[in-house]
Amino acid sequence: MKIARVIGTTISTVKDEKISGTKLLIVRQSDATGEKSVGDSFVAIDLVDAGQGDLVMTAEGSSARQTYLTKDCPVDAVIIGVLDELEVDGQMVYRQSGIQKETE
Amino acid sequence: MRIARVIGTTVSTIKDENLTGRKLLILRPTDETGKVNGKPYVAVDTLDAGVGDLVLTAHGSGGRQTNQTKNSPVDAVIMAVIDWLEVAGEEVYRQS
Repeated sequence: MKIARVIGTTISTVKDEKISGTKLLIVRQSDATGEKSVGDSFVAIDLVDAGQGDLVMTAEGSSARQTYLTKDCPVDAVIIGVLDELEVDGQMVYRQSGIQKETE
Repeated sequence: MRIARVIGTTVSTIKDENLTGRKLLILRPTDETGKVNGKPYVAVDTLDAGVGDLVLTAHGSGGRQTNQTKNSPVDAVIMAVIDWLEVAGEEVYRQS
């Protein structure tokens, strides 16, 4: 799965009927701290009501169809989780509401 | 799914029989604002997208999950025509 940032949204009224009613968010893969984006943007079906700017986890390929919303749908990317925290090498490198400085 | 712009169409009379009657459009991937940034590819169109439209395409086995492309040697299908793109709260594309 990729760590990715939600950078925008897309609206399309004409689409495959199997995915009508789903939210299509534009995401871009991030590094392990969530600060730097590391790739092209792509569009994923949102399963978890992620919002603009959220750091999320995506699944791609046929795995993207292993959910009740995207089963047998022409879909190859889905947002499966909103990330609250990222800890790397024992260090908290990301927290959804921003990292409180120790001094505060 | 990739955001892509329809740049043209292709006609092929001699082809796998599963593809007969399918519309084959040529696309180029774009960034989130609709600016082209990749190599052209062909996708089956099931939604009557037109040249110049911005669309979403599903790839790999995802390309076979429509009535027109099931059990076909197809790895890319147009599954949405984009009306409107918004990035960081700003409208960056609207279908004219």
